[in-house]
Amino acid sequence: MLELFSFGDQGWGDELAVGAGVTLSLAVVSVAFGLVLGLLGAGAKLSRFRLLRLAGEAYTTLIRGIPELLVIFLVYFGSGFLLQWAAELVGYDGYIEVSGFAAGVVALSLVFGAFATEVFRGAFLAVPKGQIDAAHAVGMAPFLTFRRVTLPQVWRFALPGLGNLWVSLLKDTSLVSVVALDELVRKTNIAIGFEKRPFTFYMAAALIFCAMTLVSMWLQHHAERVANRGVRRA
Amino acid sequence: MDLDLLLDSIPKLMQGTVVTLEVIGVALFVGGLMALPIALARVSRNPLLFTPAYGYIFFFRATPLLVQIYLIYYGSGQFRPFLEDIGLWPIFREAFWCAVIALSLNTSAYTAEILRGGIQGVPHGAIDAGHALGMSKPLIYRRIIIPTAYRLALPAYGNEIIFMLKGSALVSVIAMFDLMGWTRTIFARTFALEIYVYAAVIYLALTWIISRGIKYVEGRLSRDLGPPPSPAPDLTPERPAETGRRAPA
Repeated sequence: MLELFSFGDQGWGDELAVGAGVTLSLAVVSVAFGLVLGLLGAGAKLSRFRLLRLAGEAYTTLIRGIPELLVIFLVYFGSGFLLQWAAELVGYDGYIEVSGFAAGVVALSLVFGAFATEVFRGAFLAVPKGQIDAAHAVGMAPFLTFRRVTLPQVWRFALPGLGNLWVSLLKDTSLVSVVALDELVRKTNIAIGFEKRPFTFYMAAALIFCAMTLVSMWLQHHAERVANRGVRRA
Repeated sequence: MDLDLLLDSIPKLMQGTVVTLEVIGVALFVGGLMALPIALARVSRNPLLFTPAYGYIFFFRATPLLVQIYLIYYGSGQFRPFLEDIGLWPIFREAFWCAVIALSLNTSAYTAEILRGGIQGVPHGAIDAGHALGMSKPLIYRRIIIPTAYRLALPAYGNEIIFMLKGSALVSVIAMFDLMGWTRTIFARTFALEIYVYAAVIYLALTWIISRGIKYVEGRLSRDLGPPPSPAPDLTPERPAETGRRAPA
C-alpha cells in the first residue's frame, strides 16, 4: 500500500506534497494579511472614536458569526461580480476569472483578522496600565512607550491565542478546495478519483494535517518560551 | 433587490435551516454525551486511559472538519462489503447520518477539552472539603467536580455550539440540503449573489439567538454567586493621581 504514496510517476506522494505546499503557502500569506487586519481591528475597537469602534465591532461580529465556507463563497463569487461590473464600466466585455488562491487569501485573512482582533484587544488590555504610566512619568514619547513597553507584552499575551488561530487557519485552507484551489484536499480528491481508495487517501491527508499541527504546536511552545523569558513564574 | 427571488427562496432556506438545526442538535447531543467519559479519561493519571483519550482529542482537533466528513462519507464506501456484512451500511450510505457521525465525533473531542478545562478549574478547596467530609472519590466527582466543571465550561461550550453551527455548513459538500446546501443550489440555478447574503443573515440570527440563550443559562446557573459586581462609585476624596511608587524622600 505504501507504493501508493511514492514520489514519482506511479505514486501520489509528490502530488500530495505539492498540495501540502499550496496549503502552507495559502496559510502563510493569509496569516500575514490577517495579522495586519487583527492589529487594525484591535486599534479600531480600542479607539476613542465611536465610529471606529462601531466599525470594528461590525467587522468582528459579521465575520465571526457566519461560516468560513460562506465567507469564501461571498469573496470568491462577490469579487468575480465586482470585477465584472468594474470591467464593464470601462468597456471590457470578456469573462474575468478570480483565482481560487487570491479569493482564498482574502477570505481567510478576513476570518483570521476578525478573530485576531479579539486576541489583540485582550492582549492590549492585559498590559498593566501602571507600566505605561511609569513610562510616561520618565518622559518616554508615546511611540517609544509603545515600542519598548506595550508591544513586547502584547506579543507575549497574544501568542497563545494567535497560535490557536494559526492551527485553525491551516485547517480552514481545506475549505478553499471547494472553490477549485489545488491544495492538499483537492489533490487528495483527484488521487481518489484514480485510485478509488477514499479512506486510505483521506486518512493520509488527515495525518499530514496532524503533522503540520504538531510542528505548529512545537514552534508555538518555543515562541512562548522565548517571549516569556524573564517573567516570574508564568 | 430581486423580490421574487427573495420570496421564492425563503421557504427553501427555512427548510434548510430546519435540517441544519436537526443535524447540529443530534450531533451536539451525542457528542456531548461522549465528551464526559473522554474528558474523565483525559484527566486520568492512568496511561491506559490518558493515551487513547489524548490521541482521539488530538486527531479530531488537528484535522479539518471537511476531511473528517469526507473520511466518513466517502471513506466508508471503501469498506462497504464489511459494513454490509455487519448490517451498518444503511447508516453509512445516508449523507444525514454520515454528517451527524462526523459532527458528533468532532464536537465530542472539542467538548472533552472544554470539560477538561472545567474539571481542572474546580477550586481545590471544594474537593478538599469533600475529602474532609469523608466522601468517596466517585461521590466527589458526582456531587462536586462535575456540576462545577459544567458551570465553568458553559461560556466556552457556548462558543463550541456556535462553532458547530458554522461547521454544519460543510455538510453541504456531501449533498445535504441544509441551509448552506439550499443556498448553493439556488445560487447554482440563478447566479444571484444576494442568496449568499440571505444565508449570512440567517446564520447571524442563529448565532445571536444561541449567544443570548447561553448568556441566559449562565445567568441562571450562577445565581448562587450573587449579582455581578457593578463599577464601584469612587468615594475617595480628590487627590492627585499617583503614577507609581516613589522612593522614600
